[in-house]
Amino acid sequence: MTPAVEVVAPGPYATVQDFGRRGYAHLGVPRSGAADLPSLRLANRLVGNAEDAAAIELTFGGAVLRFRRGAWVALAGAPAPASGGGMWAPFWMSPGATLSVGMPYEGLRTYVAIRGGVCVPPVLGSMSTDSLSGLGPPPLTAGTVLALGEPMSAIHADVAPQRPISAEPTVQVVRGPRDDWFTDDGFATLCAGAYRVSQDSNRVGARLAGTALRRARTGELPSEGMVAGAVQVPPDGQPIVFLADHPPTGGYPVIGVVTVADLPKVAQLRPGDLLRFRPARP
Amino acid sequence: MIRRVGERALLVETGSLAASHRLDARLRLLADVEEIVPGPETVLVVGGRADRLIPLIEQLDHSPLHDPDGEPVEIPVVYDGADLPDVAALAGISVDEVIARHTASEFVAGWLGFAPGFAYLVGLDPTLHVSRLDRPRTAVPAGSVAIAGAYSAVYPAASPGGWRLLGRTTLPVWDVTSDSPALLRPGTRVRMVAT
Repeated sequence: MTPAVEVVAPGPYATVQDFGRRGYAHLGVPRSGAADLPSLRLANRLVGNAEDAAAIELTFGGAVLRFRRGAWVALAGAPAPASGGGMWAPFWMSPGATLSVGMPYEGLRTYVAIRGGVCVPPVLGSMSTDSLSGLGPPPLTAGTVLALGEPMSAIHADVAPQRPISAEPTVQVVRGPRDDWFTDDGFATLCAGAYRVSQDSNRVGARLAGTALRRARTGELPSEGMVAGAVQVPPDGQPIVFLADHPPTGGYPVIGVVTVADLPKVAQLRPGDLLRFRPARP
Repeated sequence: MIRRVGERALLVETGSLAASHRLDARLRLLADVEEIVPGPETVLVVGGRADRLIPLIEQLDHSPLHDPDGEPVEIPVVYDGADLPDVAALAGISVDEVIARHTASEFVAGWLGFAPGFAYLVGLDPTLHVSRLDRPRTAVPAGSVAIAGAYSAVYPAASPGGWRLLGRTTLPVWDVTSDSPALLRPGTRVRMVAT
């Protein structure tokens, strides 16, 4: 594990992410991990890594990486212009070469997987930066030097084209567990109009603005366990969709949960994008 | 009642913290799942197959667990917290009486949240149930022993915080290098000892 990749510029916000910390939610530890897990998996596969190897999650692109050693690299997630390479296909960075990733054409989070996987000291079984609890390495800054691990297999894929990322997706949501805390039309209201993604969204959650969801009962819900995809509704009625760094417990009622397949679409939304919900097919 | 939480999780309504702890303990032995998260009146179970888990959960004994096994963890506390005088004034008792009632309380770690390793300790003497600070502190040192509402806690790491500080302990309650990082887990009995 020799130092291999120097962060010349991290862009607006860049972190190391793998699949996160499993099995510690009851100790107050968020799961964390890549916000868009399928894109991390894909980027890793393209360079012959294990799917859960650690890679770099960029937010709004803007990163510059210098390779001290030659390495195979693949980009997935939000498509962005990249000097010396392209999206969804492995490319070779020569020793001393610099990779510049621009602002994405669409979507928010671009994954940079490097053959061998990024290596930082794991904390509770994961190399992920958890923006909520502070576990894991700090966000990448200019001058950070990352080591690489050993590849798992040869590179077999050459290119894996992906569908465009929508800035106005409709995602499926499973009703409950606390839909009975809202008026009878609460879930229908959630699934009726569009919600705009607000500026203060982050890896913890996508905060939405739109038709307020009104409660049918007063009082406080005792704290209970939370999952990624939960649509939690604070007293102001504006929903929050929990993403990777969500708190493991919470005290606001959850009106529905976005399906596993559709949650990555939420993780790719930018502030200002529009999100619609529809009831999940049973 | 068992509620569905999306496609991959179940929320079991237990009705009490003691029942949550019992279900948590039983499921941890029996079920191969990703997460089991007890709360004051619920247990969240993430992963596993609902069609197998629901019958398993329904046949378990849900009666409350009144006497958790094991000796209490003793936490040595230096009672020199900045909020001791205010807590005494709010409770209408002396500072010595605050300390006496805090050390006499039979605590159980109810659930963890707010931060990794931050256990909500239930069982606080009702005389000491005081509100949070109107203005949370921007920095509370690790090891601070504090109260708010019906709960007491030991801050596992430095963080912002709105609980009232009674004292501090040097006993680490959180160690990420350990396989068992939290000293205080749901169901752990706890006593404070003045030093």
